[in-house]
Amino acid sequence: MNITAELVDYLAGLSRLEVQEGDRQAMTAELERILAYMDVLERLDTQGVEPMSHVFPVKNVLREDEVIPSQAREELLAGSPAPDGEAFLVPKTVE
Amino acid sequence: MVLRELTALELGGAIKRGQVSIVEAAQAALDAVAARDGALNAFITVTGERALERAQQLQAGVKDADSPLYGVPMALKDNLCTRGVKTSCASKILGDFAPPYDAGAVERLARAGAVSLGKLNMDEFAMGSTSETSFYGPARNPWDLDRAPGGSSGGAAAAVAAGLGWYAIGSDTGGSIRQPASFCGVTGIKPTYGTVSRYGLIAYASSLDQIGPLCRDAADCAAVLDVLMGRDPRDATSLPGLRDSWSDSGPRVDYGHLLDGLTGDIRGRRIGLPTDCFGDGLDGAVRAAVMQAAEVLKGRGAELVELSFPVLPYAVPAYYIIACAEASSNLSRFDGVKYGWRAEKYDGLADLYRKTRTQGFGPEVKRRILLGTFVLSSGYYDAYYKKALQAKAVIKAAFDGAFQRCDLLLTPVAPTTAPRLGESLSDPLKMYLSDIYTVSVNLAGLPALSMPCGFDGKGLPIGAQLIGPHFGEGAILNAAHAFQLETDWHKRTPKGGDPA
Amino acid sequence: MTWETVIGLETHVELATKTKIFCGCTTQFGGAPNTHCCPVCTGMPGTLPVLNRRVLEFAVKAGLALNCSITRYGKFDRKNYFYPDLPKAYQISQLYLPIARDGAVPIHTDAGDKAIRIHELHMEEDAGKLVHDPWIDQTRADYNRCGVPLIEIVTEPDFRTADEVIAYLEQLKETLQYLGVSDCKMQEGSLRCDVNLSVRPLGSSELGTRTEMKNLSSFKAIARAIDYEARRQIERITEGKRVVQETRRWDENKDASYAMRSKEDAQDYRYFPEPDIPPIELSEAYLDGLRAGLPELAQAKRARYQADYGLPEYDCRMITSDKALAAFFEALVALGAPPKQGANWIMGEVLGALSARGLEPRDMKLTAPTLARLIALVSEGKLNRNTAVKVFEAVFDTDGDVDAYVKEHGLEQVNDDGLVREICAKVLAANPRSVADFRGGKDKAFGFLVGQVMRELKGKANPQAVNAILSQLLKG
Repeated sequence: MNITAELVDYLAGLSRLEVQEGDRQAMTAELERILAYMDVLERLDTQGVEPMSHVFPVKNVLREDEVIPSQAREELLAGSPAPDGEAFLVPKTVE
Repeated sequence: MVLRELTALELGGAIKRGQVSIVEAAQAALDAVAARDGALNAFITVTGERALERAQQLQAGVKDADSPLYGVPMALKDNLCTRGVKTSCASKILGDFAPPYDAGAVERLARAGAVSLGKLNMDEFAMGSTSETSFYGPARNPWDLDRAPGGSSGGAAAAVAAGLGWYAIGSDTGGSIRQPASFCGVTGIKPTYGTVSRYGLIAYASSLDQIGPLCRDAADCAAVLDVLMGRDPRDATSLPGLRDSWSDSGPRVDYGHLLDGLTGDIRGRRIGLPTDCFGDGLDGAVRAAVMQAAEVLKGRGAELVELSFPVLPYAVPAYYIIACAEASSNLSRFDGVKYGWRAEKYDGLADLYRKTRTQGFGPEVKRRILLGTFVLSSGYYDAYYKKALQAKAVIKAAFDGAFQRCDLLLTPVAPTTAPRLGESLSDPLKMYLSDIYTVSVNLAGLPALSMPCGFDGKGLPIGAQLIGPHFGEGAILNAAHAFQLETDWHKRTPKGGDPA
Repeated sequence: MTWETVIGLETHVELATKTKIFCGCTTQFGGAPNTHCCPVCTGMPGTLPVLNRRVLEFAVKAGLALNCSITRYGKFDRKNYFYPDLPKAYQISQLYLPIARDGAVPIHTDAGDKAIRIHELHMEEDAGKLVHDPWIDQTRADYNRCGVPLIEIVTEPDFRTADEVIAYLEQLKETLQYLGVSDCKMQEGSLRCDVNLSVRPLGSSELGTRTEMKNLSSFKAIARAIDYEARRQIERITEGKRVVQETRRWDENKDASYAMRSKEDAQDYRYFPEPDIPPIELSEAYLDGLRAGLPELAQAKRARYQADYGLPEYDCRMITSDKALAAFFEALVALGAPPKQGANWIMGEVLGALSARGLEPRDMKLTAPTLARLIALVSEGKLNRNTAVKVFEAVFDTDGDVDAYVKEHGLEQVNDDGLVREICAKVLAANPRSVADFRGGKDKAFGFLVGQVMRELKGKANPQAVNAILSQLLKG
């Protein structure tokens, strides 16, 4: 897998991270090295193997549709870096 | 009676009998923290006042206590949510976040009369194998302060080894309980996926994370697991107990009886030694100690079975692909809006996100987020993520096959003993590869334990890993208990950070 | 050149459950900001989703009613993107194995009958609400709507006109309301619709470049937006320009759409199976149970009303246009009201009273026994129709007691022919000019005389009896 600086920038954009100019090259090389190692998986024959997302055959775990009292708002807002008493504040979102 | 020398169960017994008060026990633990944690940095937050208050309250109910661990002081890894107490995941990005809720496991411990001393250091978001990626500085190994205690539950292992509390609760996504337990010479178990509620455990990789204890010995582990295990309706992946009325099909677990099962009788138990786990890259002293452990078990009547485990090379790549993918999604919620830390200067929403996350996460976390984003991104999903899920299925099938031939597997926990601080950070890939013996267990959702089985030439502890089939906690703990009846490795205590 | 418009719809419908899809918070509309929230729906660290049983049930019912095949083994997936209305920064949705697929909705327009194919139906969670505050130039995030259960219904590009789109939405709304799975209130956002539209030369089988339109908050807006967008695309192509694949926002005030600022990066949602929610496996018995429990839908009711009660198609459509109205009608009939009379009362007085008050049928206080009693009094000749309408108005808002009201106000119809005859004679004697006018051929005078008699009898006389007796006396 050939990792380019453009790909690193694309991934950083998707994950809302900045890769500083000085770090880009190192990060590119590092990811390339790690992914090159991941390629050992290519040697494993997985023809016809169903991808396993859940390890147990547990299914249909459901809740009843019964109201549980909501949490006190001041507790939910207590940890916010920018609350205004009733909501979480963010910079203007542009539509 | 020297409290420091007691196990959690022994201390619980002494408390029950009135030989020692809960406040005395808590004070002794807090004194040990005050004396030694400056050097060890095992704690991120010490809640001394809370602990003493709680100890006092609990003392009033000691006569009616029904838990063998009632009143025993302990501590929690800092990725377990604690109501009103700072929960940081050892990350800058969580700031002084104090959740308005307790984790399911924390609630169960509280009901069993646990006294929490505080929150333990760890790798940031549990990503690391040395506890060096912590925003709060590295935790240190009490056997050698220049070495790492392992990770990610490094603070937990260091605390238990140094007597800063009688047991600790950690989490294990790819070995994060077992490997530090091994490096610090304590006993730690990661139970079957789904047996301990993950509600309130700040997720690293949801399909692999599991909570478990780090203790002085296997009996303490059994007692703590008896408290921790049980279905939680707030965690849909938590498994029903045999007595639960939950009607749907799926595995059921017999909860709460592990301690009763510790007979020490392992006659006829078939213990498998996967030859692939004893090959290249394994330190000679570690190999010798684990092989010796096998002989001890044989001496107690177990039968040793050699077998091959050819899927081993695929475990680390499959693990890192799945874990990083889930992490990239799980950690997206840390954005400076709802809780935690927000960058001081930013220009608009997109910049708020970028600055907060770039400055709030450490390099290893960012590396894994980028990796995870890559393996899920358009065009690469099939080659990496889907392939890893297939490898997971193959690895689980390989374990199923192995457990046809034996009852338990015995392997090393890690290829080496504790590394020097700083050694692993320079080479992430090398650090990932050191997880080779532990990660496959998480992929298959199996229970596994690490127990002290010797020391290397540098005086560092070595751990042996016992792996069981699903719900095989009882068999694993009984084998470890049998081993500990024959050996005293688990009774050795380190001096690191001890001013005395 | 003649152009053809090709439209596909993505409709989000909010399910009428008591609680959110993954936590126990109420789904009630409104509420002060962030008061219907808990650690789960605000995406706090360590919290986990647990699926609401009724969400699954409602989604399956909707799938069955829309003639879909139900996915027997399904999962949830995470759709990852950053936006402040999405506190986890991923939406739990279904990509790989949606709960239902391959359905069809029959529609009826002036152009005839047609079936719209359903591509898929899946469950997902709603996002929160962002309100910009110009005073502080910041946006407030309110997570009350976060985690409200939705189904998204995606059609094939089968529509050719706005009429068809509206007919489909009416049909969809009617079906989902009948099922009781959603109230489909557009004004509260419980039914929202995105329109995918492209144009092509008539006869072409290739699809043109499509745009997606959002923020369509009424059927009227949808129809206008479709017309606008089709015209805009045709104009561009005619001018030799290209249609750009983009998301456009409809501005109802300006009657125009404009391109939304494109997202900072390409839409790469990195879907993967949600590890926190075990798969869903539906048994045949579960599906049979839900199938058996499906209510009779509007179409079936219409056919039955025509066949069993002989009601005109128009009446049937009116009454079944709303589930509560149809239920009200059926209750009237069950209480013995003649179907046609029941239908007339509903289409006339009931709908009139509701619309005058701006109420929906389900909000009506008036109960079927009350109206049935009123109808019975008319049929029995104890109340004349006009008086009955007055009584109706009096009892409508409180579901008052009809008999008590009639008695209290002395409204019972006078059926004493002797008394009516006496009054008629008195009125004729008192109005010789009108009598002369009538006899002189002025029919209008008759009406005046009837009115006088009714006034004397305070409106309580049976109009037929008054007519008959007056004619008789005038001839005599």
